[in-house]
Amino acid sequence: MENIIRIENLIFDYPREEGKDVLRAIKGISLDIEKGSFTAVIGRNGSGKSTLAKLLNGLYVPTEGVIYVENWDTADDNHVWDVRQTAGMVFQNPDNQLVSSIVEDDVAFGPENIGTAPDEIRTRVNKALNDVRMGEYRLKAPHMLSGGQKQRVAIAGVLAMKPKCIIFDEPTAMLDPKGRHDVLRIIKNLNAEGITTILITHFMDEAVQADRVLIINDGEIILDGNPAEVFSHADEIKDAGLDVPVAVELAVRLRKRGIKIPDDVITVEDMVDFICQYK
Amino acid sequence: MIRDITLGQYYSVDSPIHRRDPRIKILSVVMYIAALFIVENFIGFVMAAAALGLAVAVSKVPIGFIMRGLKPIIFILIFTFSINIFMINGRVLWKLGFLEVTDNGLYTAAFMSVRLILLIIGTSLLTFTTTPIKLTDGMERLLYPLSKIGVPTHEIAMMMSISLRFIPTLMEETDKIIKAQQARGADFESGNLIARAKSLVPILVPLFVSAFRIALDLAMAMEARCYSGGKNRTRMNGMKINSGDLIFMAANILFFAATITLRIWR
Ligand SMILES: Nc1ncnc2c1ncn2[C@@H]1O[C@H](COP(=O)(O)OP(=O)(O)OP(=O)(O)O)[C@@H](O)[C@H]1O
Ligand SMILES: [Mg+2]
Repeated sequence: MENIIRIENLIFDYPREEGKDVLRAIKGISLDIEKGSFTAVIGRNGSGKSTLAKLLNGLYVPTEGVIYVENWDTADDNHVWDVRQTAGMVFQNPDNQLVSSIVEDDVAFGPENIGTAPDEIRTRVNKALNDVRMGEYRLKAPHMLSGGQKQRVAIAGVLAMKPKCIIFDEPTAMLDPKGRHDVLRIIKNLNAEGITTILITHFMDEAVQADRVLIINDGEIILDGNPAEVFSHADEIKDAGLDVPVAVELAVRLRKRGIKIPDDVITVEDMVDFICQYK
Repeated sequence: MIRDITLGQYYSVDSPIHRRDPRIKILSVVMYIAALFIVENFIGFVMAAAALGLAVAVSKVPIGFIMRGLKPIIFILIFTFSINIFMINGRVLWKLGFLEVTDNGLYTAAFMSVRLILLIIGTSLLTFTTTPIKLTDGMERLLYPLSKIGVPTHEIAMMMSISLRFIPTLMEETDKIIKAQQARGADFESGNLIARAKSLVPILVPLFVSAFRIALDLAMAMEARCYSGGKNRTRMNGMKINSGDLIFMAANILFFAATITLRIWR
């Protein structure tokens, strides 16, 4: 399978005042992201997740190392717009990423920036709004919408640029359970349609739905694999200051009492099935 | 409650005036204002009032709504009326002590007031029938030629539309801050003017901080969506002048020509 994103020995420093000491937010990451995959990234506050996301679409350029998005170096000025179009980004705060006071104008913002023809923009906007099931709100003002609806509009705004990959930086962190559920379902649908998905999240129940989980701690990847593999390292995850999914936690405790539970039981549904069939 | 605020004074109905291209409406208002200053006799004012009356009727904006817009200028109206009525020389009609009302004074005062009223109604009809976003779009396109001589028309229009977008967000933010301060015992209602003004400081400081945070976030989000200024930018809703716009414009030109003729012919 082809890789859409390749990261080689990435290091990133935030400049500090006075220019002498710097804050190293990413401390050497090498990573490939497969086309069409669904990767969840978890890590505690300040571990460098957002920094990594911003590096992936060229908002920041690496201090050392390289990032390729579809073979374009993100540090190459000639391809910034190609990179940003290919790897779209949805941010955490739904309020602070909508530009226009009309939903459909906001969705049109991206395609307008890259000089798409008006008819084509119209088709894309309608399709994008339908994909996130916000078609009926197209003439509303963003401040009249709920957080989950705003976040769906933000997703539509990225979709209208026809990205191959979308990086979601904690898109559900500020939403209520209903909004979270809706947004997550849309993310999964988009991934099923072939868009490479990188989901940064604090919610373990979201992470277990991915094909691959990366755990970042202090600017480094400490665990990488499919959810079952990664969550079998419950102790390391806890050392990194994170929770493990409830089902995993339960499995760990039951195993201590001598009950043999397979490693791939990581979601609540798996656990329910397992317990019901247990003899 | 903050969610229900309407921006500007837009009156949301569908009417032939609402549907007109914003550029045409802006130009028409400019022409109408010019006409008001050209007109100087009774027939002229009757014509101007009739034209505006027709536009108001077609716009479906209720008269009461429009009259409310006049309230803030009542004071100015009375002021100019009194100045004009007493200050202009002519044949004396009445005498009130040292104050004299002359025929010329009465005429000028009446004309001035009617002119002001028509001016306010005319311009507010523009904001009643055009959404702020369409107004900014229309302005941007009308001012486009100025960008050739270095005026940042796109940037100005972008700034205006972003401000419109974030007014409700900042109001919500203010609401939150006020509640948070009140929960800690802050008092915004009592005391004299200075005390009250001082009590605003703990609201304004965090408000500025959050406005900056929002601005940074938004700039990041706009860049991520490939924003790079007005160059090579296209628009989804290209403005198109249709036959209705042409008829509306023709009517306006006709009216403008009539006022000029009237003035010269006199
Ligand atoms: N603009 C900045 N300037 C300087 N340092 C920064 C900046 N943004 C983040 N940092 C620092 O870089 C480190 C990584 O931050 P980052 O925002 O990537 O973390 P995160 O994993 O996204 O955290 P969170 O879960 O809170 O979103 C932190 O120590 C943070 O303080
Ligand atoms: Mg973050």
